[in-house]
This record gives sequence, structure tokens and C-alpha cells, in this order.
Amino acid sequence: MQQEGQVRIPSGCAISGVLDKTGRRMSGETIIKSISVMHDRSNGLGGGFAAYGIYPEYKDYYAMHIFYNSVQTKRNCEEFLEKHFDIINLSKIPTRKVKEITDEPLIWRYFVAPMPTKLSESQLNEREFVAKCVFRVNTQIEGAYVFSSGKNMGVFKAVGYPEDVGRFYRLEEYEGYCFTAHGRYPTNTPGWWGGAHPFALLDYSVVHNGEISSYDANRRAIEMHGYKCTLLTDTEVITYIVDYLHRKKGLGFDEIASVVAAPFWQTIKSMPPKEREIHEYLRVMFSEQLITGPFSILVGFEGGMMALNDRLKLRSMVVGESGDTVYVASEEAAIRIIQPGLDRIWAPKGGQPVIVCLNGGGE
Amino acid sequence: MPINYIYSEYEIVRNSDRCINCRACENQCANEAHYFAEGSENTLCDDSKCVNCHRCVSLCPTHALKIIKNGNTYKDNANWSDRTINELYRQASSGGVLLSGMGNPENYPVYFDKLLLNASQVTNPSIDPLREPMETKVSLGSRPGEIERDEKGCIKNNLPPQLSLSMPVMFSAMSYGSISYNAHESLARAAQELGILYNTGEGGLHEDFYKYGGNTIVQIASGRFGVHPQYLSSGAAIEIKMGQGAKPGIGGHLPGTKIVGDVSRTRMIPEGCDAISPAPHHDIYSIEDLRQLVYSLKEVTEYKKPVIVKIAAVHNVSAIASGIARSGADIIAIDGFRGGTGAAPTRIRDNVGIPIELALASVDQRLRDEGIRGNVSVVIGGSVRSSADIVKAVALGADCVYIGTAALLALGCHLCRTCHSGKCNWGIATQMPTLTKRMNPDIGYKRLVNLLTAWKHEIKEMMGGMGINSIESLKGNRLMLRGVGLNEKELEILGIKHAGG
Repeated sequence: MQQEGQVRIPSGCAISGVLDKTGRRMSGETIIKSISVMHDRSNGLGGGFAAYGIYPEYKDYYAMHIFYNSVQTKRNCEEFLEKHFDIINLSKIPTRKVKEITDEPLIWRYFVAPMPTKLSESQLNEREFVAKCVFRVNTQIEGAYVFSSGKNMGVFKAVGYPEDVGRFYRLEEYEGYCFTAHGRYPTNTPGWWGGAHPFALLDYSVVHNGEISSYDANRRAIEMHGYKCTLLTDTEVITYIVDYLHRKKGLGFDEIASVVAAPFWQTIKSMPPKEREIHEYLRVMFSEQLITGPFSILVGFEGGMMALNDRLKLRSMVVGESGDTVYVASEEAAIRIIQPGLDRIWAPKGGQPVIVCLNGGGE
Repeated sequence: MPINYIYSEYEIVRNSDRCINCRACENQCANEAHYFAEGSENTLCDDSKCVNCHRCVSLCPTHALKIIKNGNTYKDNANWSDRTINELYRQASSGGVLLSGMGNPENYPVYFDKLLLNASQVTNPSIDPLREPMETKVSLGSRPGEIERDEKGCIKNNLPPQLSLSMPVMFSAMSYGSISYNAHESLARAAQELGILYNTGEGGLHEDFYKYGGNTIVQIASGRFGVHPQYLSSGAAIEIKMGQGAKPGIGGHLPGTKIVGDVSRTRMIPEGCDAISPAPHHDIYSIEDLRQLVYSLKEVTEYKKPVIVKIAAVHNVSAIASGIARSGADIIAIDGFRGGTGAAPTRIRDNVGIPIELALASVDQRLRDEGIRGNVSVVIGGSVRSSADIVKAVALGADCVYIGTAALLALGCHLCRTCHSGKCNWGIATQMPTLTKRMNPDIGYKRLVNLLTAWKHEIKEMMGGMGINSIESLKGNRLMLRGVGLNEKELEILGIKHAGG
């Protein structure tokens, strides 16, 4: 049977996210509680979390979370890392034994900074250098997989139900200002930890519920720009699109939403002239990054989070607000369980992004 | 008595019980296949003059006529077919090059027919185009590498000129001269009503049609007929024709008999003079020369018109396309070996070039491998026969398709493949006034509009089935395709999986 990455596996899912705009840090317990309510939306074949603001003591270093399938692989990868980075700290990622989670790979964490000589030699900016190194490891070092590579953030994922994955990674011991979570319902057995969500590159992380019909158009287009889709999942390609549009093309998240869930031409036609011109421009300029088919996504980034539905809203997604905290989930119940007293709750329209940033910053 | 009498390929069968000797068939046949001899009781016919255009069959008021393939045959031979033998006899007696009209009819694989489309089930909903918006609009043109912002941070519109089409179809180049005034008018009016474009071909633009300029692609080919600054500026885009799928590597020849009246004036050549387009452009012997022509045309038109470079699909088409993409062209048009023509040497038409599906797949992939696919648009032609072919072409990677033969069929063409005779009974590929008046542009344009309206509905249905509601998301989406009956190499070139895989 083919492994994930050799074959494209569609999946349905549950997503949940929470962000405190004041930057106050909360425990990972909250998000576990939220996602566990939607147990039936996943089937035990993948769960995971992205947590922002969890490494304040190492906030200037890239936190690499890496899966290894053998000690030898680890040695090969560390050799590569040592050549390209100053490794400030390295350790096993703390886990606890949970009977539902089995077959775990070696899971390691490194706080790193690019080696100055290597960086200047490469003629790349720092983030591009790091991204290129991540691709190098993931495509060239057999059995090693970098699944998190941002600053002051981390991804934790595994094969299993999300609540079990949370306990496995002792997520309650982390404190962050933003968490996103994912429970996966693939229609095939992937059996591989890297295939779980969130998918992340640098500080961008994506959790996604849906199956996009534009997949191969998006994949073939993004691969022209130096990305290599190794997993063949929607989430992977969406993450690369976000990275490409935000980091490489300098689009804001509102503009990114207008590209990936572009307004229909008939809507654009009725816009005021200036707005119309910009939307027409974005659709023509970035037509290959339009995503069709059902999706609800949560994009995490440094200092903020964006929730977005496909333009027909073919997947459920609700947003709640209570004071300075914003909640997003596939189902309202997943929000109510952690915050019964909401000031406001609504279902954003298809293609209408909800972008929340830390007060006084973000993006 | 010739030793190689060639029996007619087709036989006119007249049902004398139905025939009323009204002589409609006689009047309709410019080839004079039907005749009524004074004193005779019946209308007679000469099969050897019949080209099987079905004009008489369609107009016979009592449906007394049919054309059948005659049963006369040489001794069966899998190597020497009847056609091969007859063509040899013809050349032995004439010493001439064989000529043919329309596209390659030979039995080569039609890859479109070996591709199957996907549809959504369970994990992803199909979308009903009658209930939800379903977008078929496309923009063709080049795109800048980077976005620019003004001092306030607003995005500046730095897009080069784009062609905006309501659906990914255009009428391909057919010159005024090779086809009639009325046929051209039908194409122009249909393009305008449909929000698409038609193409002048290398025949200039009749002054009556300047008003359709917004829906016109003006072509410049090796003969440069009818080219002047006003012509170049009057269309929505300019196409440099480097090659044609039906006859890669050779030029064109419109016989003097078709250069009459307005055709002569529009082409800016004397009446009765053969219009011969050289095989190459004599100012383009290499890729750097092409670049100069592209930019000369852009200079003349003040960078307001996208420039299309059209080539025939030949063996190293992907390398050529890559060169064109780097030569300032905004759009690359590729014409496959099944593409039609008013006249081509038979041997060229039937033996030169490659299938458009393979050419498209390899060009699209090559441009992606080089990271430049996003800089240009790709249009393909060369026998796109239905809405399904369009959907498959877009999924393979085309931005848009050209249709020529299909449009002529809508205008009444019956694919008799004798355009080169200049005696088209349907009034399309002729300049004889008695024949051209048979093609009514009021009806002709409406039939073109009908055809593409129907195709648009079908495209939307197929897209909706795949859960795609915008044509952009279909472009290059090869996972939506599966092959049947293709070998590993063919699948590799097409970049698709086999059905079931």
C-alpha cells in the first residue's frame, strides 16, 4: 500500500483555534478541550496543534521540530543542521505514554540560528535560507521530516485523535497566546505522522477542513516557485500558497483571502472602481492561487490568525468573541465548551476572511 | 484511354421514385456533378465530379439523393491502400504535388479520446451551475514578476494589456480570401456577441470589419499581406504566424482566382495575382529575430496590444515555446497536426507535425520546469471538436483554445476537404459571388453563437461535476484527467495517471 506522499489522500476534518488579542498566554489545555468535542469529525488517523508564543525564552531562534525514523537518520540530519545553523539548544520533545498513540518516531526539537557565513554565502535573506534548508531536509534526508520551523511557535502532531495527541505531547504544559487544532478524517490509511495537520513552514501554519478541487492546478503552479509538494495534501499546498503570497509577494492577509477565495467576477463587477481594479488585478495576477472546492482554514502566523472559508462556504465554520479572545471552530459546540459566555458568535460568509491580530501588532 | 482510370470515390445515388427533376441539385452543384440533358426523362449525374459536400443531399426537396462510398476496389492490400494507389496514378499522370483541404484525416491516435474526466463523490460536493456561479472567464496575456505599490501601499496596476474572454475559446485564423466575406462577418459578429475573439488570418482586415476591432486578432504572417499601422492598431491583439499545424514548415498559396475585388484591396495586392506567403518570415531566421519583430509590433502599437506568436506543433515544440516565452511574446499559440487549412500539400498535411495534446502537455510542463509558465498564456488549436476537448485541453494546461474547423462546420461546412478548389458549395471557402451569397451571415453568426453557448453550458456542467467553479482552477489540473489505453510513455508525456490508478 502506498504511503502518504506517494498518493493523494483526501480527508474531512475538524478545526479549532483561539487567540487572545492582548497577548496573554493560556495553557494548551483549552484547545484540547475544544477539539475533543468534535471527536466524531475525525477518525483517529491524525491530530495536531500549532501553538504561538510558547518559546519566549528562545524567541529569536527558529524552533525546528523534527521526526526521525532512526538514530542514523538523526545523525545525518544533525550533521546537516550543524553545517548550516548555530544550534543553541536541542532536546527530545517531552511526551508521555498514551496507549492510543503508538509507533512514534524519534521527535526532536532544535533552537537554531542560521550560520552567518553560510547565510551570506547563499545570498538569500534569513527566512528564505531557513525555508530552503527545511526543504533540503524533507526532500533529501530519507526518514527525517521537519514539521515545524518558526520562531516562538511550534507544531505538535501525530497519528491519533487530537485529544490523545495533545496529552501525548503534554500540551497543557505549554502557554501561548494562540492555538490552532486539527482532527483528521482521511479516506485512506496514511499511517504517517508527517501527514497530520497542522502543516507549517516558518511561522505559517495551516489547519484545514475540506478537499480542494483545484489541488493539482495549485500544486503545479506553486512548484514553479521553488516549493516541493512532498505530502500531496491540500494543507501542504495551501501553506505554500500563503507563504508565497505573504512572504515572497508581500500581500497582506486580506489580499491573500481575495486571491485564494476570490470574489466572483459578478461581485467584482459591482464594486466601486478602485476596489474593482484591485480585485481584477489580484485575480489575473494570481489566478493559479485561486482555491476552489470546500475548505475552511485557520492560518496561524506570527502575531495573528486568519480564518477563511471557500467562496461558496461548503464547510462549516463559526467565529466567537468574548472580550479580547477570539474563537474559531468547525462547530459552535467546540467554542461553547471553553467559553460559554460569548459576546458575539457568527458564521462568516464564504470568502470573507476573519483576521485577528495581537493588539498593536501582527503580520 | 488512360491506363489508370480512377473510379470515383463516391457515388451519387438518386431515388428515381422520389426525384421530381426539379434541378435543384444541378443548380446547387458548382462542381457540375448533376445535369439534366434536354430530352432526357431523368436528372443524371457524373460521380467523378462529386466531392461529397452534401449540398445537394441537404437541399433536395424530396430527399431523393444520398452519397455513398462506392464499392469499387483494387485487390485488397494492407500496404497499398486504394487511396495510395490512386494518388500514385494521379501523380504519374500529372507530375504535380497533391493538394488537400482541411485537416489531417488519417488514422493517427486522437489523444483527447483517450482522456477521461473526474467527478466529485462524497468527500467533495459537485456544484450545480444552475444554482451557483460557475466562472469561465479567462484573461490572456503576460504578467509582471512582481507587484508594485504606491506611496500609500495600494497595489498599482502594472499588468500588461490583457485579452478578456467570456470563455476559453477563440476562432482561429482564417483569412478573408481563403473564406468569404460572409463567413468573416459571421465570425466577427459571433465573437462580439459571445465576448470572445476571432482572427483575421493573413488576409488583412476588410474595412467593413474595423468596427469589430475589440473582438479581432489581426495576424501578421510571412507574406505580410494587408499589414499597415492602422490594421495593427485596430485589433485587440496581434498574432505573428510562424507556422500552421496543417502545414508546418511551409508557407501559403492563395490562388489568383480568389484574389478578386475586395480581397485584392484588403490584401493590398493586384487582382488575379497569386498570394504566396514564403515558408519562413524572411526577417526571422532565428529566435533573436523574432524578438525584434515582437518589439517592432509593440512599438508601433504603443505597448497597448498583447502579441501572440503562433507556431505549429513540431518535434521540439517545447524548446521553441520556451524561446518564444522569453522573446517578449504575451501569448503562445500552438497548432496541432490535425489543424485545418484552405489548402496544403497532402504529404505535408498528413505527415508533418505532432498531436496537439502531446505538444501542449510537454510545452506546459517545460515552461513550468523553467518557472516561466506564469509569464505567458498558452492557446492551443488543431482539432478541438467539442466542449469535452476544451475541458481536457485546459486540464492539460491550456489557457484557451482556438477552433477553426468546428466553427466552419457550424457555418455549414460538411468537411468535403476540397477548399482548395475554390468552389465551396456552402459559400464558405470561395469567392464566387453565386456561391458566397449562399452563406447568410445573419444565420451564420447565430449558429456560431448557438454552438458556443451550448459548449459553455457543457463546460460548466463538467466543471461543476469536478467541484470546480472557476476555470482558473481547472487549468493544468491534471489530476482531473486519467488515460485509457495509453502506454507508460504516453502517460508520462501527458503527465497523467492511467484510469484506475
